[in-house]
Amino acid sequence: MSDTQSHNVAFVRETFLPESAPPSTATGPVKWIKDNLFATWANGLLTVAALYLIFLVLSSTMPWIFAGIWNAESLAACREVLDGVSGACFAVLTERWNQLLFGFTYPTDQYWRPTLAFVLLFVAMAPVLFFDLPRKLLIFTGLYPFLAFWLIWGGTILAPLLALAGVVVGYLVYDRLVKNSFAAGFFGGIVAAFVVWYIGGFLISDTANENAMLQAVPSRDLGGFMLNMMLGITCVSLSVPLGIALALGRQSNLPLIKGICVVFIEFIRGVPLITLLFVANVMLAYFFPPGSGVDLFIRVVIMITIFSAAYIAEVIRGGLAALPKGQYEAGDSLGLDYAQSMRLIILPQALKISIPGIVNIAVGLFKDTTLVSVISMFDIVGMIRGPILASTDWNGVYWELFMFASVLFFVVCYGISQYSQWLERRLATDHR
Amino acid sequence: MKTSVFLGALTVAGIVAGGAAAATMDEVKARGKLNCGVTTGLVGFAAPDSNGNWEGFDVDVCRAVAAAVLGDPQAVEFVPTTGKTRFTALASGEIDMLARNTTWTFSRDVDLKFTFVGVNYYDGQGFMVPKDLGVSSATELDGATVCIQTGTTTELNLADYFRSNNISYEPVPIETNAEAQQQYLAGACDVYTTDASGLAATRATFEAPGDHVLLPEIVSKEPLGPLVRHGDNEWGDVVRWTLNALITAEELGVTSANIADMSAAPGNNPEINRLLGTEGTLGEMLGLSADWAKNAIAAGGNYGEVFEKNIGEATPIGLSRGLNAQWTDGGLLYSPPFR
Amino acid sequence: MTTLTDPPKQGSFQPMMLLNDTRYRSITFQVIALILLILAIWFLGSNLATNLAAAGLNISYDFLGNPAGYDINQTLIPYTSQSTNLQAAFVGILNTLLVAFLACITATVFGVLAGVLRLSKNWLVSKVMSVYVEIFRNIPVLIWILIIFTIMTASMPTAKSYLGETPDNGLIAGLFAFTNRGVNAPAPIWGEGSMVVVAVFIASIIGIFAYRKYAKKLLFDTGRLLPTGWPTLAILILPTLIAFFVMGQPIGLDAPDPLANRFNLRGGIQIGAPLIAIWFALSIYTGAFIAENVRAGIQAVSKGQTEAAAALGLRPGRIMNLVVLPQALRVIIPPLISQYLNITKNSSLAILVGYADITATLGGITLNQTGRAIECVLLLMLFYLVISLTISAFMNVYNNRMKLKER
Repeated sequence: MSDTQSHNVAFVRETFLPESAPPSTATGPVKWIKDNLFATWANGLLTVAALYLIFLVLSSTMPWIFAGIWNAESLAACREVLDGVSGACFAVLTERWNQLLFGFTYPTDQYWRPTLAFVLLFVAMAPVLFFDLPRKLLIFTGLYPFLAFWLIWGGTILAPLLALAGVVVGYLVYDRLVKNSFAAGFFGGIVAAFVVWYIGGFLISDTANENAMLQAVPSRDLGGFMLNMMLGITCVSLSVPLGIALALGRQSNLPLIKGICVVFIEFIRGVPLITLLFVANVMLAYFFPPGSGVDLFIRVVIMITIFSAAYIAEVIRGGLAALPKGQYEAGDSLGLDYAQSMRLIILPQALKISIPGIVNIAVGLFKDTTLVSVISMFDIVGMIRGPILASTDWNGVYWELFMFASVLFFVVCYGISQYSQWLERRLATDHR
Repeated sequence: MKTSVFLGALTVAGIVAGGAAAATMDEVKARGKLNCGVTTGLVGFAAPDSNGNWEGFDVDVCRAVAAAVLGDPQAVEFVPTTGKTRFTALASGEIDMLARNTTWTFSRDVDLKFTFVGVNYYDGQGFMVPKDLGVSSATELDGATVCIQTGTTTELNLADYFRSNNISYEPVPIETNAEAQQQYLAGACDVYTTDASGLAATRATFEAPGDHVLLPEIVSKEPLGPLVRHGDNEWGDVVRWTLNALITAEELGVTSANIADMSAAPGNNPEINRLLGTEGTLGEMLGLSADWAKNAIAAGGNYGEVFEKNIGEATPIGLSRGLNAQWTDGGLLYSPPFR
Repeated sequence: MTTLTDPPKQGSFQPMMLLNDTRYRSITFQVIALILLILAIWFLGSNLATNLAAAGLNISYDFLGNPAGYDINQTLIPYTSQSTNLQAAFVGILNTLLVAFLACITATVFGVLAGVLRLSKNWLVSKVMSVYVEIFRNIPVLIWILIIFTIMTASMPTAKSYLGETPDNGLIAGLFAFTNRGVNAPAPIWGEGSMVVVAVFIASIIGIFAYRKYAKKLLFDTGRLLPTGWPTLAILILPTLIAFFVMGQPIGLDAPDPLANRFNLRGGIQIGAPLIAIWFALSIYTGAFIAENVRAGIQAVSKGQTEAAAALGLRPGRIMNLVVLPQALRVIIPPLISQYLNITKNSSLAILVGYADITATLGGITLNQTGRAIECVLLLMLFYLVISLTISAFMNVYNNRMKLKER
């Protein structure tokens, strides 16, 4: 065959030609640009419009940022250096750096304490955020709130130790009684903890703070971005358990408890946070016993906590509702009582579904902590609008300060939401 | 342990509503600190400096009271309050006294149940306009856009003034002085109105203060003074007479410079001696030590010194004494006698 | 058949049964809850009473009937400084509703645009939209409001530049002025016979609906497809225009007058900068959230639906309108409504820009001036609660309607 063919056919190519490169319009960056930017006329117009928009934004901000002054005493000095050139005065950030981060009344020589607490926060959060880490680290997570409290507020170490002791005793009692019934264990634990705290309260002398290892800092002196972080972290971590309880209460078939939870959740969700902060600021003081003097920080923590608890409750309720009914029935058919089936079957699954929602709420809440600036607390926005802009030196520096605050919030919130997306992929056990 | 947040929270849980609130003075003494409500920041009156120390005219009144009661002018916890929160903070006992350039009015005294112990600054609401607007009187402001700093009696005075002169205006209420200033400088309003002292303080921080004029009209009486809760007269007396001590000290020529000598070697002026506690038992009557007024005056000087240091003509704010001169100099400051 | 639990012994009631016996347990818990609730209310109430008595105060709403004494710059109902605090509160309520309503519309527009563009095949546009969404979602609304207010104040021309014989800035088209005090727009002057024009306009809107209904019926009955785009436009504009000229141009325009006042443009409609600032800030902030909802909604419609529609021979526009959007809307609308709720609640931050919403009137100046903190805050919360519950009720109705259609 091959013989005849070789005679009949004048030329046979024995090897493949190397593929010739596609025309330059159908390859490489040109093709990419054509496909992705100028696929159609309308698309091309959009691209041009977008490019113009980007140009506008960059051309108006970039020279301003690059001409920025980082070292000056005051805005006037800044303007002198700039000499009429449009440029930022970032000197306000360097000069007021500590005030922006810690507020203006936190003792200057104690800044290492909140900084250390902040660094340790990552250590404490790590085992919660990443499941692969050794579980033993959770012990540190458990200790962290007390440690952070002591670091930030200072004063006698006895107070956080006592709080810790109460929690430990409460847990031991719970552990002991829970074998009989969950309710007995739960309430027994709480009562035991309160008893320890109450008795311990007498053991700590009134003067314990005066010669304490760490100088005591009243919570009024907290401020700056530290205050936002503290409010955010404290309120979110307090509101998760409360939110779970509210969600369970709302799903419960006890009419009274369900009613209380529904009214509570709908009421809180129906009003803006700012009115709740007004309550904390102008009303709540009337609802505490005379002379108890609960400071503004605690009042605000209470209000923000119940605020976020109501939202988290709704997220978790969504998670509970999303579970197939079979899961509830499975729990019942195994003979588990309510507490057991919730603890062992329902909640672990429901919480897993709810995590993205909870993280969303947490991000929203963290952003909303800036609202405390409206009620005369000096968080980062409060510092900017209050002492810094009111001072003679920096009167008139808006963009730099707002930009700084925006960057801080963006980094934290974007980080959290990226984590949440990672977690969502990680936890996705269903195959779609 | 009182400052401890944790035990504070426990107290809430543990304590059942007790009897009536204890006397403020006992509380202050037991606490060792005076809780004094001030503004969130008004240069010259009360503002934290770059190190976080509060300073200003109102702040020095707080310090004088702390010095009189506790002997230590630094034993003050400054509680920043907004126009909205100041009265609740005082009524609920969060602060012991309010020194937040608050106008003494009938309804605040009678309806809100506060006792104004005196006047530490006689102010009045004024207007500031850019010079190139060519306005020389507030009556020419028909149709103008007016920036108002909210939270004082400003809104009401303004409405009254414009209504009685039958001219129209566009009010723009702004929360903070810094933001009002920003609006005004950007030309978003033609006029900025607040207390004349505040206007002067604000103008002082401008890049070109000379481009702005204060109009001659002062449209309201604003007697600003420290206040305390109704019903605790002993405490009210302490604050009242501390303020009077500062005023009397200026009248009698007692200054922070010569007060040590005067109290160490009592002179022949019986009123000075009574004031400084070297004669008579005025301190005891108040429930304070004999040298209470001496401490108060030594804290920041007499009224005149406090004025000059914070808002006087040598400061950027540059206010003249005007109505706030001693009665002997044609002003309104007139302290009752120490006797 | 045996059960795992023994039947309870009759007649021997033991205290522990209150906790362990399922028959009594629920009652026990509810009684405990009730007692705790009553105790809590009693505790708070008695504290309140004690504290108020100690301060010599009382709870009274009489202040609502007293003259407010302050002026408000933007009111939808007649209001003077002699009106009562209650009227001031109503002005605030209407202003809140106004800004919430406006912001809901524009936020939806921004959100839908950004959400759709984010899914665009155009790489650059979708990236720009991602940046927009991420930047706005991750920075507090409070900071955005302050930034936008500052931008507006600093970058817009002053009102003064429009004033006088030879202004620096001429009115745009002789009718509009954009200043850092707000926008001045012409107001219509209703002359004689203008009612006829309005009536014709309303009639032509009804006509459009009738025409569309007819077109749809024709399509379903005969399969003939009538164009709807340009006839709609024609019906909307032509009759009104004809009526306008036939009646002798009865509707005039009252343009802002640069000469009437030395401080401000007079005449026409003025929309204050505070309203625009809070409106724009809320719209663009919430728009970023709505964009995410819209994107999620569109992505939730499975690809098979689009492909099936394409296989049926539908054109891309129709695929979007008839197949994808109706399904996506089901996913989009519930979160959209909660974004509307958020707008309403966030509008309480209007206080930052000096817009007289309910928080600024009742919860702001009235509270400052009367010192009636408890009463004002309670009323304020009540108002927001009513609004939220109303919107939630609508949402539930909608959800139920959607549910019925599910198969």
